[in-house]
Amino acid sequence: MDMTLPTPKLTRRSLLKGIGGMTFSFALATDGTRILSAAAATAAEPAKLSPWVRIAPNGTITILTVTEMGQGSGTSIPLMIAEEMDADWSKVVLDWAPSDSAVYGWPDPKGNRQMAITGSRAVMMYWDDLRTAGAQVRKVLIANAAEKWKVDPKTLKTEPGLVVNPKTGQRLTYGQIAAFGKVPEPLPAVDKSELKTRAQFRLIGKSVPRRDLPAKVQGKAQYAIDVKLPGMAYASALHSPVHGNQPESWNDAEIKALPGVLGTVKLPHGVGVIAETYPQAMAARRALRVAWTKGKTNGFDSVKALDGYEKLLTDASVQPKPVFTHGNVDGAFSGAAKVVKAGYRSDYSYHAQMEPLNAVARFNEAGDRLEVWDGSQDLGRSRELIAKGMGLKEDQVDVHQCYLGGGFGRRSLADYALEAAMAAKAVKRPVKLIWTREEDIAHGMFRPISFQQIEAACDASGKVVGWKHVGIGDDGGASFITGGMRIASYYDLPNQHLELRNVDEGVRVKHWRAVAHNFNLFAIEGMVDQVAASQGMDPVEFRLKNMSVTPKAQRVIEAAAKMANWKAKRPQGRALGLAMSERSGSLGACVVECSLNQKAGALRVHKVWLAIDGGTIVQPVAAKANVESGIVYGLSTALHERVTVREGMVEQSNFNDYTVMRMSDMPEEINIAFVPSDAPPTGLGEIGTPCVMPAIANAFAKLTGKRLYHMPFTPERVTAALKA
Amino acid sequence: MTSFTINGKPVKVDADPKTPLLWVIRDMVGLTGTKFGCGGGFCGACTVHLDGRAVRSCQTQVSAVEGAKVVTIEGLSPNASHPLQKAWIAEEVPQCGYCQSGQIMKAAELLATNPKPSRQQIVTHMDGNICRCGTYNRIIAAVQRAAKGA
Repeated sequence: MDMTLPTPKLTRRSLLKGIGGMTFSFALATDGTRILSAAAATAAEPAKLSPWVRIAPNGTITILTVTEMGQGSGTSIPLMIAEEMDADWSKVVLDWAPSDSAVYGWPDPKGNRQMAITGSRAVMMYWDDLRTAGAQVRKVLIANAAEKWKVDPKTLKTEPGLVVNPKTGQRLTYGQIAAFGKVPEPLPAVDKSELKTRAQFRLIGKSVPRRDLPAKVQGKAQYAIDVKLPGMAYASALHSPVHGNQPESWNDAEIKALPGVLGTVKLPHGVGVIAETYPQAMAARRALRVAWTKGKTNGFDSVKALDGYEKLLTDASVQPKPVFTHGNVDGAFSGAAKVVKAGYRSDYSYHAQMEPLNAVARFNEAGDRLEVWDGSQDLGRSRELIAKGMGLKEDQVDVHQCYLGGGFGRRSLADYALEAAMAAKAVKRPVKLIWTREEDIAHGMFRPISFQQIEAACDASGKVVGWKHVGIGDDGGASFITGGMRIASYYDLPNQHLELRNVDEGVRVKHWRAVAHNFNLFAIEGMVDQVAASQGMDPVEFRLKNMSVTPKAQRVIEAAAKMANWKAKRPQGRALGLAMSERSGSLGACVVECSLNQKAGALRVHKVWLAIDGGTIVQPVAAKANVESGIVYGLSTALHERVTVREGMVEQSNFNDYTVMRMSDMPEEINIAFVPSDAPPTGLGEIGTPCVMPAIANAFAKLTGKRLYHMPFTPERVTAALKA
Repeated sequence: MTSFTINGKPVKVDADPKTPLLWVIRDMVGLTGTKFGCGGGFCGACTVHLDGRAVRSCQTQVSAVEGAKVVTIEGLSPNASHPLQKAWIAEEVPQCGYCQSGQIMKAAELLATNPKPSRQQIVTHMDGNICRCGTYNRIIAAVQRAAKGA
């Protein structure tokens, strides 16, 4: 059996009617899973309505899944359905869910459905709905067997892939039931109490291997960049080197005369060139001479801007926005025995996903239907953005999911896929549009530059009783600065004031694996260690004694300290640093062992330990790999990654000058432990990232007595800190 | 016209002699396991074997492979049976998976010349191949596993 996801279909999905067996075309709903009527299911555009679960008479069960970018939830999502269905996992095949958030999305707080696979929240967001759906399917299978056997459904049980009558020994496979079974409308209700407990799980928590692995070691996994359509042309794009600007004019006639060039297209912030081959499209892109409009970002200098953010603390023209206030902060500071204050800086950072942004687009002959192949972190939003940009209704657009060659927050916005659609329209042919790596960086969307100031007030006993945190940064008008400022889930301090002062530099900014948690945790956990040092206390003891830690925080701190053997003597020239991590409901405590080459200003991380309370772990082996990945992403941004903008333009161009972690930079050991929990799952894909920077800075302080206040910790900054 | 063999099959392609081998393999021969990562020879995602040697296909002009033997990830084994492919699954190496064809081809070159590499030899050999998901330690473990014949 093919255990891998099928490649995206090049033709429309087959109509529901005519499919043998039982199909469960439910939409997820907050009050239980809602089945779509057979009429609605068959009348709807076929491409949009694939059943979540389909059981064929031969026993094959097809379950849909969403975005797989390496995090593993592409397997976890169908696994949750299969668990409650009591499906035989070896008979389950996977297919991608279509681009319809209303049917395939998870519930957001506003009551809408989203397909966004972001913030490391896929498993936690789908957890209730998909298990309920699986349990409903199981109930239907039991009801059909009961009717056939003329017995009370309550007397029947299921085993993987089978309904069993324990009294008579009769058995029916799910495939056999599918041959005669009927799916009622509505589906039977399932109470939460009917869902399986941890002891009953056969698949969850058992480390079922990820389904995408075999294809990925054979070069068979299909990314959008691998899609090839009959008659397809290739496109490349050149974007305004200064973000936000538009093309005014370009050497169009000259470009169109180049070998293989089929046409050009004006894009919102660039020019696309379409040619018979990709090398021809790239050559034409290099030959483009474009006059750009000018805007607010012309002349922008990110180094100078960040240097100036500290002044915004006292700039009356900047409106402070309260994020969280609790207790009597002024009182805590005026009565404090000691106040510690520091400022922390963080540079722009680029996603650097290995697959450059790309998409394939095809119109039908009439030009009123559009298909797009995209490796998307949010298929529903891709469709919305593309439809809007092309002046189409959403139901005229289908976006087909492909594997993602990395996402990290960048691929939840499909500006590149809209460009592919514009290029396809311009030349009336299917088009694959690929950004060059240089374009991917120059027109990147970055984790913002930011400045954090934290003040901590201690009482006479040394306890921290007051906390002020002001976050300043280039948030582009969105909420890219405040995530992770809130500490109450781990430090329940009595008096806190958190505040935002945001700036919009016009540089494209975006979610970036754990986003603002990175620079906020860097500041928060750096400050906590500074206060500990000011009292001459051990960082672990200080947190447990003087930081009002929550019970959950205490558990992970103690677990991490035990894993790392915190009090043991370290090899000569090495020291440990500790930092908390918090993201999407998960809590962690991280310890790193570092050494320093003083002459070169080079920090090296030798070992990492991370204890996590992430609730129920659906796939422990894949979850561990995902957390490791988050840690390495954190190490990379802590030690290397830096985008600078000068004269309004990004200075870095490729992996030669945008440095990321390589194998030789790796710690020898990464140790991860999940604290046992029966709570619902929480986010794991980003919990490893934000703790790494403060843990390294804290280890550096232990080694040298000096502090690092600006990440990344480049050799120049390390050397400067040593001299400070 | 350039003639060469790819995964044992002779091919003739009509491409500008300067065309990077990467795009010939992907778009003309139609084997998409070899990936475009940076186009500058910095990341290794496009690694293939040229007469047994690992090269960056984005930096190799098609004219340079006249008469040569090119092997891509698709030609490493017929059914994922190469020791490295088995080890890659056993160690659950791939995450997004995009760089892994290049990683495996680069590692295959190492084992062909040094069947029992030390950890440091693995790191030195593999250091030019970027994995943005950070699977490096699992890659090391997988190469060691394959070298042990496990």
